[in-house]
Amino acid sequence: MADFVLLAGNTWETVRFPLGGAVCLFGAILCVIGTIGVMRFPDFYTRLHAASITDTSGAFLVLAGMALMAPSWLVLVKLFCMLGFLVLTSATGSHALANAAHTAGLQPKIGPVGQAGHQDHEEGDH
Amino acid sequence: MAYLLGIFVAIVAFWMGNSGHYKPLMLGFAALSVGLTLLLSARLKIIDREGAPYVRFVGFATYYPWLFWEIVKSNVVVIKACLRADLDINPALVKVKTTCKTDLAKVTFANSITLTPGTVTVEIDGDKLLVHGLYEANTVPEAFEEMDRRCARAADPSEKAS
Repeated sequence: MADFVLLAGNTWETVRFPLGGAVCLFGAILCVIGTIGVMRFPDFYTRLHAASITDTSGAFLVLAGMALMAPSWLVLVKLFCMLGFLVLTSATGSHALANAAHTAGLQPKIGPVGQAGHQDHEEGDH
Repeated sequence: MAYLLGIFVAIVAFWMGNSGHYKPLMLGFAALSVGLTLLLSARLKIIDREGAPYVRFVGFATYYPWLFWEIVKSNVVVIKACLRADLDINPALVKVKTTCKTDLAKVTFANSITLTPGTVTVEIDGDKLLVHGLYEANTVPEAFEEMDRRCARAADPSEKAS
């Protein structure tokens, strides 16, 4: 039993750095996807939705990857504090942006936004 | 007195988590700063139920894991929308009525909607929320009923208790 615990601990020590790196990389890819969405979506409000991918899953995964690579529990505590502040502030920030745009009188585009006539058309497979 | 103790425990835990130095000098500074903080909070009269919100802990501890899973699910939807070769979205603006009574519950509800990708709270007016969504099908008022119920349960009952 003691051997098994030791082996599990050693395996975890070797595995957690590549694993943390992979999770960080995946989070970075999600941030890029959010940016692509910001570029592609038609108006301000829909772009805000794309940006919230970067805010939530991108940031969460990067923090989780860093937590896996953390050298001590002190770093874990700080990362957890960051997660808490991020959850509270990023939503508030998005809401403040949307509310400011609404108050200023920016009308959102409503209804289906298809591919017809959109400039993304030429990137399609035909 | 219980609130003072609650704040004291929280501050000491925060100091321990951030410092990592346990020399007598540093611990002395810690005691000094914790004492000063408690003195200032007492003078500001913020040592009350809002200052030490332990009563809400259970409610939020069950609410946030559920919210986390909702965030994961709607992330997949929005990521698909971002990467689809042909842009195919259907934005909508709807009014959502909430059953949340207190300000805290309303703020939690609005923040949860904003935190979930694909929906953003644009405006709160009384018990009505103006929500902008990426897909009309996901933004009907019925889609927020469960979140509304859970928010009310997480943040409202403790208000009644006092």
